[in-house]
Amino acid sequence: MKLPTLREVATEARLLLIGIPVFIWTMVPIYHMFLFAISPKEDAFSGKLWPDHPTLHNFEIVFKQQHYFLRDFYVQFWNSLVIAASVGVLTLFIATAAAFSISRLKVPGGRIVMNLALFTYFIPAAFLAVPMYRTMGNYGLLNNHWALILAMVTIASPYAIWVLKQASDKLPVELDEAAVMDGATTLQIFRLVYLPLMMPSLVAIGTYAVLLAWNEYLYAFLLLSNDREITLPVALGNFLAADDSPWELLMTTGFIYALPPAAIYYAFRRYMVGGLTAGAVKS
Amino acid sequence: MAITLSGDHAILSPPLSSRLTPAQVWGIVLLAPYLLVFLAFVVYPVCYGLWLARAPANYVALYNDPIFARAAVNTLIFLVIGINIKMLIALFLSGFFAQQRTWIKWLSVIFILPWAVPSIPTILSVRFMLNPEWGVINHLIFSFTGDDGPNWLNDPTVALTMAIAVHIWKSLPFWTLILITGRLAISHDLFEAAEVDGASWWQKFRFITWPSMQTLYITCTLLSMIWTLGDFNSVYLLTGGGPADLTHVLATLGIRYLRLDQLSLAMASIVCAMPFVLPLVYFMMKRLSR
Repeated sequence: MKLPTLREVATEARLLLIGIPVFIWTMVPIYHMFLFAISPKEDAFSGKLWPDHPTLHNFEIVFKQQHYFLRDFYVQFWNSLVIAASVGVLTLFIATAAAFSISRLKVPGGRIVMNLALFTYFIPAAFLAVPMYRTMGNYGLLNNHWALILAMVTIASPYAIWVLKQASDKLPVELDEAAVMDGATTLQIFRLVYLPLMMPSLVAIGTYAVLLAWNEYLYAFLLLSNDREITLPVALGNFLAADDSPWELLMTTGFIYALPPAAIYYAFRRYMVGGLTAGAVKS
Repeated sequence: MAITLSGDHAILSPPLSSRLTPAQVWGIVLLAPYLLVFLAFVVYPVCYGLWLARAPANYVALYNDPIFARAAVNTLIFLVIGINIKMLIALFLSGFFAQQRTWIKWLSVIFILPWAVPSIPTILSVRFMLNPEWGVINHLIFSFTGDDGPNWLNDPTVALTMAIAVHIWKSLPFWTLILITGRLAISHDLFEAAEVDGASWWQKFRFITWPSMQTLYITCTLLSMIWTLGDFNSVYLLTGGGPADLTHVLATLGIRYLRLDQLSLAMASIVCAMPFVLPLVYFMMKRLSR
């Protein structure tokens, strides 16, 4: 009778043997960032695992913009916010319209358009960035928020269309037919039947697009350069320009910057995981 | 001047709008915004870029640039070794996270963090940990052994390994998540039957798990390779391509040329990456169309 419990203990121990390294591996860079954010400079630079005098002073400096690198903190935070929100709204608009057109209206050539769209993902992001930079220059959009917004919409849309099409294929055709019988116009079907039923997927896609834009570094760094136009991640990268960078402030700003996406991700996790993995099992 | 022409046309065949049903007209109108975005920001840049890269002189210049050869080799190492290690770990961990335990459920919530937070602050955090003078790692090495730790990012091999580690840290949760869904889709009856037959852990994996996950696993590996070709952050933010431009990959090299105002060289380096991309895309398409 003792044997099964012993075996259970052994199984549990083996699982812990995997779980503990996974936990440490995951948390170390994040903990290190947090540690810097609450450490005075001397403690941070002396390799302590917990500061002797934990402090919120770094946050105070950031929020009062009391450092050369932080003088435009609020402007840059606002830029990140506006760009992320615009990308979310625009992507939702473009992708919902396209998915409705392809899936419900069965527009001729719709499937080809979707496959072409998905083909965008076979161009690695950093490769597309080079001609994209020049293209934005040709359009006269460099150093303008629209350049980054449009670039991110381009990158977010194919996945958004694909997920939304997948979701709208599942809605019964009878709904549209019944609405047509009642004399509904196409736009009415879109507004009154389609949009309400698609809400969960729309939340997932909106969140996805917002996070994608908020987290983007490369395109932001290429397309925006003026100190008052750049987004937070670019500002963080600019900290490295100096030899004596204030790393504790860099990590504090980074921590503040990382909080909103992490919070949004966890708040919408249920939607995100559902939408994300819907296609994975099929392939 | 076109009045007569369009008039004739109208008599011969009805105008476009009357041949289409209202639903189809709306279909075209609603698809138009995306089509415009696609044409303006994918088709045009790609064609324009290829046109810029047309001069053979660019390729001669690339061939003579030792940094380019090094970047190509680094990219290959990154893809072949880095991605395969990552996917094997993801496959292993997907089995771990599929276990029904409350603490494992909680751990999986934490495990997703690297993917949920932006990469810039976390990569920079790792960068400082590896700082030879001030970083926590060398402080720990010093306090345990009394010796100075290595100058991590000053050795190209170590620096590239660290960049790969950062990449794995960042994207492992995503691929593990995908593989978990694949694993959970396997019918539980199969495992119960195997249990009754006294199958070992390895036999269960070899004859049940792997055959049902093989396609998903390989598809994920190919996709990850294609996307990793465009991974700029892991290398640029950790090593900046240094020391002495020895840790560049093709993604950072293209941007480096761009920053040096050598746009046609940047495009040429990307065209040279096509031998990496095209086979991957080809296999991917073949898998997906099956």
